[in-house]
Amino acid sequence: MLDAARLRADFPLLQRLENGRRLVYLDNAATTQKPEAVLSAILDYYHSTNANVHRGAYGLAIRATEAYEAARERVAGYLNAWATEGVVFTRGTTEAINLVAGAYGRATVRAGDTVVVTAMDHHSNLVPWQILCQEKGATLRMVEITEDGRIDLSDFGLALERNPKIVAFPYVSNALGTVNPAAQLARLSHAVGAVVVVDGAQSTPHLKVDVQELDCDFYALSGHKMLGPMGSGALIAKPQLLETMPPYHGGGEMISKVWDDHSTYNKIPHKFEAGTPNVEGAVGLAAAIDYLARLGPDRIAEHEQALARAAIERLAQIEGVTVYGPRGPRDHRAGVVSFTYGDIHPHDIATILDQDGICIRAGHHCTQPLMRRLNVAATARASFYLYNDLEDVDALAGSLVKAGALFGYVPA
Amino acid sequence: MRSLDTSPPEPRLSSLYQEVILDHYRRPRNKGALENATHAVSLNNPLCGDEIDLHLRVEGDVIKDVRFVGRGCSISQASASMMTQLLKNSTVPQALLIAERMSAMMQGDDAAATDKTLGDLRALAGVSKFPVRIKCALLPWNALTDAVKG
Ligand SMILES: Cc1ncc(COP(=O)(O)O)c(C=O)c1O
Repeated sequence: MLDAARLRADFPLLQRLENGRRLVYLDNAATTQKPEAVLSAILDYYHSTNANVHRGAYGLAIRATEAYEAARERVAGYLNAWATEGVVFTRGTTEAINLVAGAYGRATVRAGDTVVVTAMDHHSNLVPWQILCQEKGATLRMVEITEDGRIDLSDFGLALERNPKIVAFPYVSNALGTVNPAAQLARLSHAVGAVVVVDGAQSTPHLKVDVQELDCDFYALSGHKMLGPMGSGALIAKPQLLETMPPYHGGGEMISKVWDDHSTYNKIPHKFEAGTPNVEGAVGLAAAIDYLARLGPDRIAEHEQALARAAIERLAQIEGVTVYGPRGPRDHRAGVVSFTYGDIHPHDIATILDQDGICIRAGHHCTQPLMRRLNVAATARASFYLYNDLEDVDALAGSLVKAGALFGYVPA
Repeated sequence: MRSLDTSPPEPRLSSLYQEVILDHYRRPRNKGALENATHAVSLNNPLCGDEIDLHLRVEGDVIKDVRFVGRGCSISQASASMMTQLLKNSTVPQALLIAERMSAMMQGDDAAATDKTLGDLRALAGVSKFPVRIKCALLPWNALTDAVKG
């Protein structure tokens, strides 16, 4: 395992006390804390490099453009993108998926076509497809999940029999921690001629990801979930697909020549980056990637998996607690543990844990169709990252026992 | 590894989760749909998923009957259950007055917190110390004001 206590020293916010206690931050699936290296990269950028990109004729603007484009190369390298120009900077996963639905989807999906999503998709990999299908008169087919929270492969096969134009799924579920067999799903989808969109919001922070090995067509990620700043993120796409797509947003930067009544467009990826981009976001994301790469994504995955297993084991010992998602000792899962505790509402659990300085999420996790299938309105969710350790798992279990006592449950 | 923390829960928490609140949460009064309701309002809190369907039968300006259907946290559901007990046979202006007192109590008004007209609801006074939970406690009351003013 990683030396989490030492890593915590890199994160200024984690030095704070919360309600007089050491802050135990277990809401990493929502957003992660930022290391000093990322914060200082952003500050340095504003201290030494800030100017608008791609337009200035002076040295400062050239250096700002270089910093922005170097960040693009860093993202491309970390994920083994097909090409650097296949990396489009976005506000995050949500915008990346909307870009695919709004540009690729609008140009290719017709009435009667099918788009496939899964019952464990985050709303941001569902609602854009609903909007597209409603506009086009296309069918949205939702693939069911198994009882232990995996994509139901036989139902996935049935959905593919409709010869969908687009298949979208999450690599890692934010609500359950399931790591889906993304490469296999992509291969099956390609066999019926579909274009594959992978929601990588939760996988990029936690696993070693190689988009060419996955062989998807589009891959979306959020910087803020991987130590980077909010409002940073990217769409990684096969360049030949980007070439054929109409633009998404219109404005400055994405054009080549503008006439009174029409325009020609810039080369990719700039064609999809209308307006002044989030340069500090890109620079901060590149610094976050440096940090992650130094630790090694495989070691991060291993660390998280160990914490998730320990947490599942501890929670299973508390009578009345139900853990959702794959629970087998050999199951590949990310550091996300969703659970309920008897009739204590997750919101009440979160309030009680907060008094001990423990931050967890309570709610539907932007996965309402999934919650319906699990037959719950909400779950409590603890999600771990590289700066969490077994002491945090202990704190979680201890505070849960307290919550139980308040609600009249007797500790086992 | 740190050993299990077995220190007693702090006073703020025990005042938040009083017996009477858990009792209303687990054995809600007046729960279920109301036949021949004259007013019905559904409200939810999209952030945490609390839901309340409030049904009233108002005759003249008297609330003859009131029931609710809902699901959510202990605070929102207990608040709804206590509310239905208080409102039955009160007039609409009286009900709105209680709603105002309840709102004042949530803002930390000590006088409201000892106001007998609030009945069991006074047990919810501790919620005012948990800002994110205030909207849970007020959800049924917002449904009430929507219903009678709507
Ligand atoms: C699986 C998954 N997809 C998409 C998103 C949306 O990410 P963002 O809000 O950063 O656009 C999230 C984050 O909540 C997520 O967990």
